[in-house]
Amino acid sequence: MNTAEIDKKRCKACGLCADACPKKIITINPYAESAYGRGCAEVSDGCVGCGTCAVVCPDIAITLRSV
Amino acid sequence: MKVIYEKPKSISDKTFHYCPGCGHGIAHRLVGEVMDELGIEDKTVAVVPVGCAVMAYDYFECDVMEAAHGRAPAVATGVKRCLPDKVVFSYQGDGDLAAIGTAETIHAAARGEGITVIFINNTIYGMTGGQMAPTTLPGQVTQTSPFGRDPYTQGWPLKMCEMLSTMTGPAYIERCATDTPAHIRAAKKAVKKAFTYQIERGAYSFVELLCACPTNWGMTPGEARDRVGSEMIPYYPLGIFRDICDIKEGK
Ligand SMILES: Cc1ncc(C[n+]2csc(CCOP(=O)(O)OP(=O)(O)O)c2C)c(N)n1
Ligand code: SF4
Repeated sequence: MNTAEIDKKRCKACGLCADACPKKIITINPYAESAYGRGCAEVSDGCVGCGTCAVVCPDIAITLRSV
Repeated sequence: MKVIYEKPKSISDKTFHYCPGCGHGIAHRLVGEVMDELGIEDKTVAVVPVGCAVMAYDYFECDVMEAAHGRAPAVATGVKRCLPDKVVFSYQGDGDLAAIGTAETIHAAARGEGITVIFINNTIYGMTGGQMAPTTLPGQVTQTSPFGRDPYTQGWPLKMCEMLSTMTGPAYIERCATDTPAHIRAAKKAVKKAFTYQIERGAYSFVELLCACPTNWGMTPGEARDRVGSEMIPYYPLGIFRDICDIKEGK
């Protein structure tokens, strides 16, 4: 199983990862706390570990892991 | 759990001050990844500009020098000549590199100075609030071209890669974009090649990265990313403009 982990200290909720994710499992939660205290990306189940989100992330907020 | 991808070691833990969706972050990451892969973090000296990337010294884990506006290639020249074993790169915006620093840029290239130049072209002055840059596209609205840039009174945008590629000095010149995953992956290859040319040949290399500035373009991060592909790439075509290896092989 793969997971994309969002670093809440770096994410600014720009939404580029959500657009790029081929599985469309990333959403922007406008109320979640993050770097600017407003909005953060959230990942739900189903990650295939392709890393496209990490490639487009301008804030290096994404770590990909596989089990 | 196996880590497939994580933040490069050459980039610090400090949160970037850049706006959401800003291309500078992607450019930083590419340089960081390349420093990691080549294992050159402890022998690299970055020369950072005046512009939004003025605080890049907080983010690159290598040694960093701050240059006066536009003078990064001159400072990098000094560093490289005093410490030829170091890997020296300048990181510059379009206002820095193509307006106030045009002379330094051109002459460092003409001398074939052994440095790498990472050029962030976002067609605008980001830090100072969105004034017209030499690279602003015809018709583009900025603070100082409120009716759109009129090339007949405000000049035509500078194409730096094309200009520098007429010279004998530079060994490698490529233009890449940071809009799509494929373009970003290609950009990383270009950055890596640029550093490799410096390390292996002591040669001058120049990589232009077309980047988004959502804030000063007045767009969302997604719209700004799309503008890079729809408006910038048609005017600033991507590709390799000069590669000394191809020239030697007669390609
Ligand atoms: C000698 C001098 N002139 C003018 C300025 C004002 N200034 C600061 S940043 C900047 C333009 C930066 O634009 P660019 O290089 O495109 O970088 P960006 O902010 O877009 O990344 C200017 C004109 C300055 N700091 N120093
Ligand atoms: S003003 Fe533009 S270039 Fe500067 S940090 Fe914001 S998006 Fe990036």
